[in-house]
Amino acid sequence: MSMVPTLLSVEGLSKSYGGVHAVRGVSFELKAGEILALIGPNGAGKSTCFDMLNGQKDPDSGRIKLLGEDTAGRPPRAICRLGVGRTFQITATFPTMTVRENVQVALVSYRGQLFNLWSSTPWFEQGEAGRLLELVGMGGYADRPCGELAYGDLKRLELAVALANQPKLLLMDEPTAGMAPRERIELMRLTARIAREQSIGVLFTEHDMDVVFEHADRILVLNRGSLIAEGSPEQVRGNREVRAVYLGEGLVYDARHRKGLSV
Amino acid sequence: MKLSVQDLNSHYGPAHILFDIALEVGDGEVVALLGRNGAGKSTTFRSIVGLVEQRSGRILFEGKDVSHQPTHAIVSRGLGYVPEERRIFTELTVEENLEVGRQPRRSNAPHWTREKLFALFPNLGEMRNRPGGRMSGGEQQMLTIARTLMGNPSLVLLDEPSEGLSPKIVEQMVDAILTMKKEGVSIVVSEQNLHFAKLISDRAYIIERGRICFGGTMAELDGRPDIRDAHLSL
Amino acid sequence: MAFYIVQFLTGLASAASLFLVASGLSIIFGVTRIVNFAHGAFYMLGAYVAFTLTDRFSGALGFWGGIVVAALIIAAVGVLVEMALLRRIYHSPELFQLLATFGLTLMVEDLVVLIWGPSELLGRRAPGFKGAVDFFGQNIPSYDLFLIALGPIVLGILWLLFQRTRWGVLVRAATQDRDMVAALGVNQKWLFTSVFAVGVFLAALGGALQIPRDAVHHAMDLRIIVDVFVVVVIGGLGSIIGAFVAAVLVSELNAFGILIFPKISIILVFLVMAAVLIVRPWGLFGKQEGPARRTPGLTVNPWRTLTSGERLAATAALIIAAALPLFSGNYALTIGSEIAIFVIFAASLHFLMAVGGLASFGHAAYFGLGAYGVAFLAKMAGLPMIVSLLLGPLLGCLGAAVFGFFAVQLSGVYFAMLTLAFAQIVWSIAFQWVTVTGGDNGILGVWPEKWAASPSHFYWLSLGIAALMVVGLRIVVFSPFGFALRATRDSPLRSEAIGIDGKRIQWTAFVIAGTVAGVAGALFAYLKGSVFPDSLGISLSVDALVMVLLGGVETISGAVVGAIVYKALNIWLVSQTDLSKLVLGAFIVLIVVAFPKGIVGMLETIRNRRRSASAKSALLASPIETAE
Repeated sequence: MSMVPTLLSVEGLSKSYGGVHAVRGVSFELKAGEILALIGPNGAGKSTCFDMLNGQKDPDSGRIKLLGEDTAGRPPRAICRLGVGRTFQITATFPTMTVRENVQVALVSYRGQLFNLWSSTPWFEQGEAGRLLELVGMGGYADRPCGELAYGDLKRLELAVALANQPKLLLMDEPTAGMAPRERIELMRLTARIAREQSIGVLFTEHDMDVVFEHADRILVLNRGSLIAEGSPEQVRGNREVRAVYLGEGLVYDARHRKGLSV
Repeated sequence: MKLSVQDLNSHYGPAHILFDIALEVGDGEVVALLGRNGAGKSTTFRSIVGLVEQRSGRILFEGKDVSHQPTHAIVSRGLGYVPEERRIFTELTVEENLEVGRQPRRSNAPHWTREKLFALFPNLGEMRNRPGGRMSGGEQQMLTIARTLMGNPSLVLLDEPSEGLSPKIVEQMVDAILTMKKEGVSIVVSEQNLHFAKLISDRAYIIERGRICFGGTMAELDGRPDIRDAHLSL
Repeated sequence: MAFYIVQFLTGLASAASLFLVASGLSIIFGVTRIVNFAHGAFYMLGAYVAFTLTDRFSGALGFWGGIVVAALIIAAVGVLVEMALLRRIYHSPELFQLLATFGLTLMVEDLVVLIWGPSELLGRRAPGFKGAVDFFGQNIPSYDLFLIALGPIVLGILWLLFQRTRWGVLVRAATQDRDMVAALGVNQKWLFTSVFAVGVFLAALGGALQIPRDAVHHAMDLRIIVDVFVVVVIGGLGSIIGAFVAAVLVSELNAFGILIFPKISIILVFLVMAAVLIVRPWGLFGKQEGPARRTPGLTVNPWRTLTSGERLAATAALIIAAALPLFSGNYALTIGSEIAIFVIFAASLHFLMAVGGLASFGHAAYFGLGAYGVAFLAKMAGLPMIVSLLLGPLLGCLGAAVFGFFAVQLSGVYFAMLTLAFAQIVWSIAFQWVTVTGGDNGILGVWPEKWAASPSHFYWLSLGIAALMVVGLRIVVFSPFGFALRATRDSPLRSEAIGIDGKRIQWTAFVIAGTVAGVAGALFAYLKGSVFPDSLGISLSVDALVMVLLGGVETISGAVVGAIVYKALNIWLVSQTDLSKLVLGAFIVLIVVAFPKGIVGMLETIRNRRRSASAKSALLASPIETAE
């Protein structure tokens, strides 16, 4: 385990809005191939934390070291170029393009061809685009207009787009929000498989405890801007404070994951 | 009968979304509308309150056909609607949000005042002058329900009230819905979370690809694991 | 010292009307999300009706009553307009709403001349405020003092209205989410109508109150609307306080700008506006806008390159066009050249709008700059035609590089207003800087050299360049850059996340579009043999917008078809009627309401419907649930 490189290390990350501490001194690390979940009550600072990691917000203080570089304050596009793939809570794709073209645009950016005025994009890196789509099981949809896809397929397309720049780290904001239970499990299985095979680190936020307990190697629990617990699913489930502020009595998720919760 | 929907068909542009939807809600009943994402739950609600323009069929609310009325007219008859995305007025304070929802008293429905709602949702009472945008997701969900109750509805359509909320808040939501029921409000709640639906509902419908494919009590649904597994993919 | 104080007070007095109109625009925008271009027209109508009423009824009551009644009458007209027109386009894209209300403005301009005649009218002085107050030897009209007091009073009344009444709470709620307000049982139709009435009342009152200070004339609408756009861009659209502060700021800049740069005082306003936009892109008191609405029924069919059959058909059409000189006279050839030039112009705007999602309301600036560029090079530097044609458009390129840099910091209606304001600034400079541009007299004698002088030769030259430009733009549309531009338009969030610097991509697109427009302008200068400030004017910008719209915004080839149809129609129309603005305005309104997809868009819809009539039933059953 000691040989596995650290992808992301966060130290003392803080951010406040108008005197309210949204995030207070959060520190953690993420290693290659590890799947780390960030959970916590609504308003605990998960989104703010996430936005600082992906460059949409600047931290007030603290350090974010991504693949050895200090990225605090850099815009999302710069963080992408360092090797970070992103998916969004509400999918963000290009609805007026075909499925394949969505991936091709990401490849254009990755290959530094954004200001190429001459080549024909529909022919650009067709093979690589097809490979990425096959990887997420969307090979058969390549020529479909993206605007016609069902929601679950959009999520998979988004994953393919996020993988186009050969990321070392995937940041996924509520990856299964708005999906049916079976689709959730399938998407996360797919993500986990790709992450293990390519040794990609994954950090995701999620409210579905079935997904979290099934797939996360390690869980961070945030409450009122601070980390209150960190550990394996079993450790987090057994944590009294986490139960009090977040997990509750476990009435609303699957019985399999309620072990150790009965008070 | 509080609400009776017959042969409801809806379209978005060229796409036919709902096919011959039929459902009924009795006085004081809590009915769950279950189904996957994209099955047509939200569209059903939006069609009932007239937010989908291309709709046909009969929608009887308290015996009166409202299917040709505009949204505001349907809602001001006492049919409250809480949308999925909460849609709090973030610039307005809690009290102002409630003011927007205020409607005259109705004889056949429980009467809600600010104070009564603040008793039901104590969190809100502590932040009366806070702008909606500075509240957490859970507090916003409470506010959006309180805002609809200010219209003194006799029936409320609740679209995915548990989505995106932490388990703890979801449990509070269960309590609030049961209180509303006790006060005499009829409720239709759309859900993907069967655990949640079981805690609050008397009956359930399952919708799949825009068609109702099951209707019955929660006990009947429990007795049909085939249907549950096929359409709810649990 | 006293002189400066008086100058300051004059500025404050001018701010009053500007604030009234700008706050009205802001209130209407807040709720309806429509930037009401016709607001200037309502301002003008208020002035005209107040002129008639105060002229008719004497005494203090006649005057003050006339002012208020005029504003009420125009507010009633506004209600009719809202119910008849705006209710149909509330869900249309911003571009369409701006165009429809611009069409309305054009119609009002002709109607005003029809009713009140073309000459300036001088209104009555205000009873009780006829004199002037002595201030350390300087005179201040007492009416100015009245206006200075009026501004803050109206601001206070509006604040109370919005903060302390249920109507105000509902309006503020609707400003944020109108459908949700309806879903809470509020009749939003009447809420909208009442908001529109209040906004129009403020505009008309602003106009009516101007009659003791300024002459009433039929061009005052465009003058005020550009000032108002500058005010709301600086102050922040939707903010009443912002409108007040910015109205004062702009009026003072005008008052003192005249002292500093008497010839081009507008430069000062431009510099301040640019500074504000760099520091606060959404204005001093504004909030960031959500993403722009999409065109209704946006084609989900992605764009594709031409099939070989279509390529053949396009080539055939070009060959037929090239054969025109064989069977038509010089007049037709001149019109043909003009149409070819406008195809270039429309295609350049279309590239910016359809591919980049950036609807410029001031694209004529770059057309005109190209024309002036050629005129400077050919007339003053005496360069040969080829060199002028190659270098002239660079002035358009330069203008696009400077203005585009600021414009792409914004999007949606802000982008539209800012590009309009920029174009108006360029127009003002061309108009005022007589020593260089010849002002209104223009620059004459820019004739092509012998090899291109005959109508047929010039026609071939124009057609050839047009074909080159259209093919070139098409290549760019399908290039990696074109896709990056579309990506930025489709989802700024996603494009940023895959490493695209959207602003730089959009800026580049703006420069490309400006340069191509400059090419069109350069040819136009040679076609007409002269250059006038008109080539930079609002109406030319709107012509281009209508061409794009007529062809279809969502298509790739729409601009070509739109330019040909519109230009031909326009030339014919001007020869047929004196009320061309009225007809044109009505035409614009009609397209927006009845044919929002344009000619090519409609043809594509019909073709797609026919092609997929059978295949569609399968697709329709697939679950599509919009998350709206």
